[in-house]
Amino acid sequence: MAETELDQVSGKTTTGHQWDGIKELNTPLPRWWVLTFYATIIWAIGYWVVYPAWPLLWSHTNGLINYSSRADVGVELANLEKIRGDKMVALGAASLEDIEKDPALLALARARGKAAFGDNCAPCHGSGGAGAKGFPNLNDDDWLWGGSLEQIQQTIQFGARSGNAKAHEGAMLAFGKDGILKKDEIVTVANYVRSLSGLPTSPGYNAAVGAKLFADNCSTCHGENGKGNQELGAPDLTDKIWLYGSDEATVIETITNGRSGVMPAWVGRLDPSTIKALAVYVHTLGGGR
Amino acid sequence: MNKIVQIDPDQVEDVGPLYAARKKVYPQKVSGTFRRIKWGLMAFCLGIYYFLPFVRWNRGLAAPDQAVLIDLPNSRFYFFFIELWPQEVYYFTGLLILAAITLFLMNSVGGRIWCGYLCPQTVWTDLFYAVERLVEGDRRERMKKDASAHRWTLERISELVLKHSIWLMIAWWTGGAWVLYFTDAPTLVKELVTFQAPAIAYIWIAILTATTYLLAGFMREQVCVYMCPWPRIQAALTDEWALNVTYRYDRGEKRMSVKKANDLRALGQHAGDCVDCYQCVAVCPVGIDIRNGPQLDCIQCGLCIDACDNVMKKINRPTRLIGYDNDINIQRRIEGKAPIYRIVRPRTIIYTALIALVGGIMLYALATRSLLDINVLHDRNPVAVKLSDGSIRNAYTVRFLNKRGFDRVVAIDIDGPQDAKFHVVGSDSITPDRPMIVLGRDGTTELRVLVTAPSDRNPEKSIPVKFRVTDIGLGEVASATDNFVAP
Repeated sequence: MAETELDQVSGKTTTGHQWDGIKELNTPLPRWWVLTFYATIIWAIGYWVVYPAWPLLWSHTNGLINYSSRADVGVELANLEKIRGDKMVALGAASLEDIEKDPALLALARARGKAAFGDNCAPCHGSGGAGAKGFPNLNDDDWLWGGSLEQIQQTIQFGARSGNAKAHEGAMLAFGKDGILKKDEIVTVANYVRSLSGLPTSPGYNAAVGAKLFADNCSTCHGENGKGNQELGAPDLTDKIWLYGSDEATVIETITNGRSGVMPAWVGRLDPSTIKALAVYVHTLGGGR
Repeated sequence: MNKIVQIDPDQVEDVGPLYAARKKVYPQKVSGTFRRIKWGLMAFCLGIYYFLPFVRWNRGLAAPDQAVLIDLPNSRFYFFFIELWPQEVYYFTGLLILAAITLFLMNSVGGRIWCGYLCPQTVWTDLFYAVERLVEGDRRERMKKDASAHRWTLERISELVLKHSIWLMIAWWTGGAWVLYFTDAPTLVKELVTFQAPAIAYIWIAILTATTYLLAGFMREQVCVYMCPWPRIQAALTDEWALNVTYRYDRGEKRMSVKKANDLRALGQHAGDCVDCYQCVAVCPVGIDIRNGPQLDCIQCGLCIDACDNVMKKINRPTRLIGYDNDINIQRRIEGKAPIYRIVRPRTIIYTALIALVGGIMLYALATRSLLDINVLHDRNPVAVKLSDGSIRNAYTVRFLNKRGFDRVVAIDIDGPQDAKFHVVGSDSITPDRPMIVLGRDGTTELRVLVTAPSDRNPEKSIPVKFRVTDIGLGEVASATDNFVAP
């Protein structure tokens, strides 16, 4: 049996435990502390009974009130959808022009459009819509398929070369690969195209031959003066914006192999008011007509 | 059975427990100059605290009409004619600096007089003591009742129930007044009475009821002695000229009875004025004996001065045996010199100058602050856009702040790139070169602004661009500068 000693100074006994000659005074926890501790144990038992607590093999105990934090999240999401729904109905009812004229609707459309853009469009067009090689910059004023609100909405809905029945069709032919033009003809027409927007031409280039080749092969889509045609998605060749690049090698490559970038159709994947919001968002990025 | 072995106390280096149990303080009723000042200040402070939320201030129909209101949901602070936005919270920093220096000044003049007269802990504890005295009787009665072996009589229990009920009512009112500063007071009172108020209001009332009840009813002087950092700070800030509540031992010692003192004086010898009546100890709300000299616990409330003065008048001796004084003067009197009081000295002059300086800066900042402001954020992605004609466009998010209580029409101009054109998205202004927009009252308006400039006229990589907003009616102008960059 352990020896306990009475400590004169504190008036307490020791516990009888010794560690290297160091003795411990017996100072029990205060009564209120112990009672609080017991109360927490009782509370925990109550918690097990009332709330989901114990894992079972394939499930868990549900507790008396059948609480689920997942269901709580569901309710909150439903509430959010309800709040958002009312506003999105207003967006769906207004015309595209009216949305841009009403500051509150414009702010809503831009906020919704920005979120939807980040989720759906950013992988190709970039998070700020700045585009990349082959993927148009949506901030500038150059539009393949038209930059009015309706045209933007149309393009988002049905896409380009997307396989949708209403999609924009028309592609740049592969003049070299398909043997329509010979290699030296391609170099000449490439120089002619570059000259349309004031870019320098290479030595030995014959402008008259270039113009003839362009008129025979390209003007059907790009127009006689190279201004392009938005019905066919044929770019304006006289401006400073080049989707794939303006250096001679790139232009030759484009004429040789053709181009047919794809924009997917979003109708059916996004609800109409979200597409509307996206159209407004893209239109207000800066280049909208 | 455990065997009990005695430890020799001489072998133990322990000096005993470091914990001292609280000795309950039973302050006695006292009347006099400082007691009257304390009553007056208590009425003043509590009057402001309890009734200020009900004071109205007309700000027009658009804004709340409560004179002092912390409107958290709308992020506004109203103080009579001042309305502060969250970004102006530095005014509170200024106020806190002023409060700190004022505390230093009070300390260098009269020691812890803040603690004795104005600190909420003192004010509410004083009020709770007054209730205790009213219900249970004065010092002697309360001590007797607490010490009595048969204390759980029906009368005693009802007395205690009454006391705690009054305390809780005061505490509840304290918590109730607190929440009134955060919303329209009359409306909230109506909601509270009809149990329609938001839960958070009841929670805060409960929290402040509990803290008031505990701090003023039970913890009392322990807050001042053990919990509050100010006694320690002020001890480091004080100097020998500060006027603290001081027992003038030059006059008081040696302590003796009135009769013996009179006998000695008749013989022409020095006799102490202190008759050892312990009245100064009896009235002390922190339970100390001021005759032991200046001490950390003393809150400088001056109630011992009142108690001592009353005794001195009775025994026909001059008053202020205890008074606001310092040791320098005691030494001077012992040496036969006249006391000197140096309220104006470098320390107090510097503190006063600092208060004037900080206060002046704050007033200047408040008087000249702009009620129209503009912030510009350059688009980061893309930073710049090349257009089909080769010109460059930068897009900016521009936020306008209208701190006035009415809508106003402003014009937007920009300065910077050569031949620049700009367009406000969503604005159908009839003056496209100088778009006019309407800024809603007391709020911010965010717009997207596109600035386009020909690249051949602007060859630099980055050109500063200044956005200027002008109130057409009032002529107020604000501006912000960002950069126009090339791709």
